[in-house]
Amino acid sequence: MKFSEAWLREWTDPPLDTAALVERLTMAGLEVDSVEPAASDFSGVVVGRVLSVAPHPDADRLRLCRVDVGAEAPLDIVCGAPNVAEGMHVPTALVGASLPGGMRIRKAKLRGAPSFGMLCSARELGLAEEASGLMALPADAAPGTDLRELLGLDDQVIDIDITPNRGDCLSLAGIAREVATLTDSPLRVPDMVPVAPVLDDRFPVRVTAPAACPRYLGRVVRGVDPAAPTPLWMQERLRRGGLRSLGPLVDVTNYVMLELGQPMHAFDLARLEGGIEVRMARAEEGLVLLDGRAVTLADDTLVIADRRRVLALAGIMGGEASGVGPETRDLFLECAFFSPLAVSGRARRYGLQTDSSYRFERGVDPALQARAMERATALLLEIAGARPGPVVEVASAEHLPQTAPIGLRRARLDQQLGLAIPDAEVERSLGGLGMQVERVADGWRVRPPSFRFDIAIEADLVEEVARIHGYDRLPRRLPQGGVEMPPRPDARLDRDRLRAALVDRGYHEIITYTFIDPEWQRALDPDQAPLALANPLSAEMSVMRTSLWPGLLQTLAYNRNRQQERVRIFETGLIFIPQDDEIVQEEYIGGALCGPRWRPHWDAGDRPLDFFDAKGDLEALLALTGRGADFDFEAASHPALHPGQSARVLDGGTPLGWLGRIHPALARQRGLPEETCLFQLQLEPLLRGADIRFAPVPAFPSVRRDLALVMDADRPVAELLRGVREAAGEWLQDLILFDVYQGKGIESGKKSVALGLILQDPSRTLRDEDVEAVIGRVLDSLARALNATLRE
Amino acid sequence: MPPPFSVGGRCRPRLGRMRHRRSFVLERERNGMNSSGEELLEQALAAVAAAPDLAALERIRVDYLGKKGRLTAQLKQLGKLPAEERRAAGQAINRAKQALQGALAERQQALEAEALEAALARERVDVTLPGRHLDAGSVHPITRTLSRIEALFAGLGFEAVQGPEVEDDYHNFEALNIPPQHPARAMHDTFYFDAHRLLRTHTSPVQIRVMERRQPPLRIIAPGRVYRCDSDLTHTPMFHQVEGLLVDRDVSFADLTGTLDLFLKRFFERELAVRFRPSYFPFTEPSAEVDIQCVICGGDGCRVCSHSGWLEVLGCGMVHPRVFEAVGIDTSEWTGFAFGMGVERLAMLRYGVDDLRLFFENDLRFLAQFA
Repeated sequence: MKFSEAWLREWTDPPLDTAALVERLTMAGLEVDSVEPAASDFSGVVVGRVLSVAPHPDADRLRLCRVDVGAEAPLDIVCGAPNVAEGMHVPTALVGASLPGGMRIRKAKLRGAPSFGMLCSARELGLAEEASGLMALPADAAPGTDLRELLGLDDQVIDIDITPNRGDCLSLAGIAREVATLTDSPLRVPDMVPVAPVLDDRFPVRVTAPAACPRYLGRVVRGVDPAAPTPLWMQERLRRGGLRSLGPLVDVTNYVMLELGQPMHAFDLARLEGGIEVRMARAEEGLVLLDGRAVTLADDTLVIADRRRVLALAGIMGGEASGVGPETRDLFLECAFFSPLAVSGRARRYGLQTDSSYRFERGVDPALQARAMERATALLLEIAGARPGPVVEVASAEHLPQTAPIGLRRARLDQQLGLAIPDAEVERSLGGLGMQVERVADGWRVRPPSFRFDIAIEADLVEEVARIHGYDRLPRRLPQGGVEMPPRPDARLDRDRLRAALVDRGYHEIITYTFIDPEWQRALDPDQAPLALANPLSAEMSVMRTSLWPGLLQTLAYNRNRQQERVRIFETGLIFIPQDDEIVQEEYIGGALCGPRWRPHWDAGDRPLDFFDAKGDLEALLALTGRGADFDFEAASHPALHPGQSARVLDGGTPLGWLGRIHPALARQRGLPEETCLFQLQLEPLLRGADIRFAPVPAFPSVRRDLALVMDADRPVAELLRGVREAAGEWLQDLILFDVYQGKGIESGKKSVALGLILQDPSRTLRDEDVEAVIGRVLDSLARALNATLRE
Repeated sequence: MPPPFSVGGRCRPRLGRMRHRRSFVLERERNGMNSSGEELLEQALAAVAAAPDLAALERIRVDYLGKKGRLTAQLKQLGKLPAEERRAAGQAINRAKQALQGALAERQQALEAEALEAALARERVDVTLPGRHLDAGSVHPITRTLSRIEALFAGLGFEAVQGPEVEDDYHNFEALNIPPQHPARAMHDTFYFDAHRLLRTHTSPVQIRVMERRQPPLRIIAPGRVYRCDSDLTHTPMFHQVEGLLVDRDVSFADLTGTLDLFLKRFFERELAVRFRPSYFPFTEPSAEVDIQCVICGGDGCRVCSHSGWLEVLGCGMVHPRVFEAVGIDTSEWTGFAFGMGVERLAMLRYGVDDLRLFFENDLRFLAQFA
């Protein structure tokens, strides 16, 4: 909401300068977005009257003007504007004047003709975005009058962000009411006397949708002069309110909207037929709007129609066919209260947002229509010489918003604010905001005014009292009481622990968008259909990820393109799996890595990483749970992974996620390094740690026996280890795999695996024969089950 | 390793070696040891002095003091001497033997010290060469900021809870007192999947989900990703919020302002002015927006604060009774406050990051700065 400060000060004039006023408004919830001067800086510009206009002897486009600027002698000024005319009053920049943008006016010769000033357009003075010629000033403007004074330009335009609950502040009157209350200054409402009808013309009005339109006022106004100039003061107030001047008929309705907050509409009476009907649109009805666009209406849209056709979208925008124009002589003025529910959302649906719909959606004062109609009529009379008929009103009392009294308990007010505000202040604050306040036993009974749609419950009144008092004058303290001590399970890890482990291993955490490019989605998880957004920002961000890998790989590529050869990244976050009608949203942790195994170091090789680097990182993560033995890796194939280097990760047999090297075809297709490895696991199981129970520290020495075993090359080592564990029994404390060998000395199709078995009995020192018995059992069992034998 | 010359084991000199030798010389002068014995000792001492290493020294020891050594041989010859000379000669030989042992020990120590010196010199490294280590990565600045926020509120007993990001209309809007036609919906720029499912536009639905299944008193914060369909210099379509909720008996607006005032001072680690402005949120009443004194210019006015000296960082208010009604919490017994903050904004201000989009580009050169 933009408005002129000078205009506001006509309504109420607190003893505060602009900065202090703005601060007070902001701190009362009317957040001032900006304060701008009403006009750019210029000086030395006065009213000039063009006495004569003569052609320039040497230039077709230039004219020689004599201009009365209130001085003893008129000035000779050369002018190039097409609309310069004898008798015209125009802004005249005198020699020495400075114009917006720093231009200074000097004596000049234009094509040989001397010129002692410049006649100005509105654009040259920074008063309009564009102009087609000189700015015409009223004929009664005395030559020599300073233009800034004439137009009251030493003024500020204040722009306030009005929150959606404060539709009542979308008018100068509303802002003035707030300011008067906030600053305890008198409110001076301008006189608005009803205009007696001089005609008997009535245009019939029928409302068939009274719930959507509880009040409709119409008035016939004849004999307006559409060419009458809008007075400068009104043009300037409109301009400072962000509205362009569009001729006196539209300007008057806009002015009343700015001043009182009542959107109005003027129809060209000659283009209406039969009578006005306020009704819901019939499905598929069409309308060409004022802006020239054709819309097809839905049946939940309230319209203004006549006998033949739809004339306007009620409270949103008028139609082209019934609007006022240069030929309009007779008007039908509409001033209605449309219910917020009947208007809200409709404008947006038709791709519109108008000053009118903006106000009706937030709530226009349902008691305002008669006053606004009289105000508009009076202004039209004054400006365009209209002869009004009587006001026709159709109202449905049962559908008009009712304001019910609200109880405000003194005890509740004190409790909520942590402070006792004196009775007198409470009553003055609420009263100033237009509420009827009645004292009762436990506090007050308050009836909000018709324009406050946002005041419905006690909490609303608490806010009003606090707001007027000033939030910053309320106490601040820490909450008392509290909640019980929350549980803190010992076995539970937190996410930060997992993150720290990866960070310590060189990984950088990333955060990527959860909506991704469907092409990446298909490339990495072709078997899973993703959830698609109905209104994505772009195709590249249109489906919800079903895997963390697209984001990881895109980030990996992004960094590779920026000279980062060695990349270790991870992300935690939800993935989204459509399942029947549900969306399973599960938190995952995933990583991607590429580049050399080590950062270049004077004492390390530069081998590229491989599967086991990634696996090692993952194992470190799993080990944090303290239940590393629960996890297994099994060879399995995944469309995004190298078929020979991919593993499904299991937790107690339940799939948890994947680990592997990127499929070389995918790497090539996406321009990624072929050594890239990926992993991702469900996060929640990783947060479940082991329940720790103490076991006595061994009092007896352990024994180590090393075995070199030859087994089938394609049999997973995991089977061997499992076989050893099962056969060795409870004395086996640890099992170390310290070599795997294939090649010379080993039969082809076989591999040699070297194991160290650490054996221990907690209750005694093991004897050689005990150890031999265990080793014998292990060898027997391995030979039987896995065809594994001691290496010769 | 036993000393190579500890023949008999008991013979190590107890006294200072120099004194030993001097006394031997004195004795020799007095007792007049036969010349071949003296020569032998001279030879032996010369050999010891010339021994280049420990192995040579050991050979000398064996040569003179070993079972078949030359001094040992002299001792064996004692029996052939006349009885009256035998005692004196025996003493002389023993003195010579002791003298030699002393010299050997001394030489051995010297050689060992030399060897150690050489080894130390050989093993010298350039201590300025970098060590072997894993380079640490980094936690994302948003996570880092979230962790701090969680930790600060944990101090007041707030527990962090999570909620779904694909939400339904009810939890994201209706239960928060934002009915379908409410103007506030237009401000939310919602991503939809269909008529009912959407990407949550704020973390406020988490407070609804918590209140649906738990009774007060409650102190929770809900950190997480949120989505608005808006993308430009200062908006990304995904960002992070932390929602906070406290429900208890007798909770007041003063509790809210006090909590947030302290949080902001702790978060920015300085005494800064915090102001509360009336505002509007459908799910709180009274509502406020919270500004801090600009942390860039200290309140003097700069580009970051649009020359106002203030930065808006939070929205908050007392929980609206209709929200409590939607989740079945008795408003005559319980009151509460809620707040929501944009994490990116706090992180930008805390770390001086000047471009929001950096958070989601994930450039390692950016991320590594938060190690």
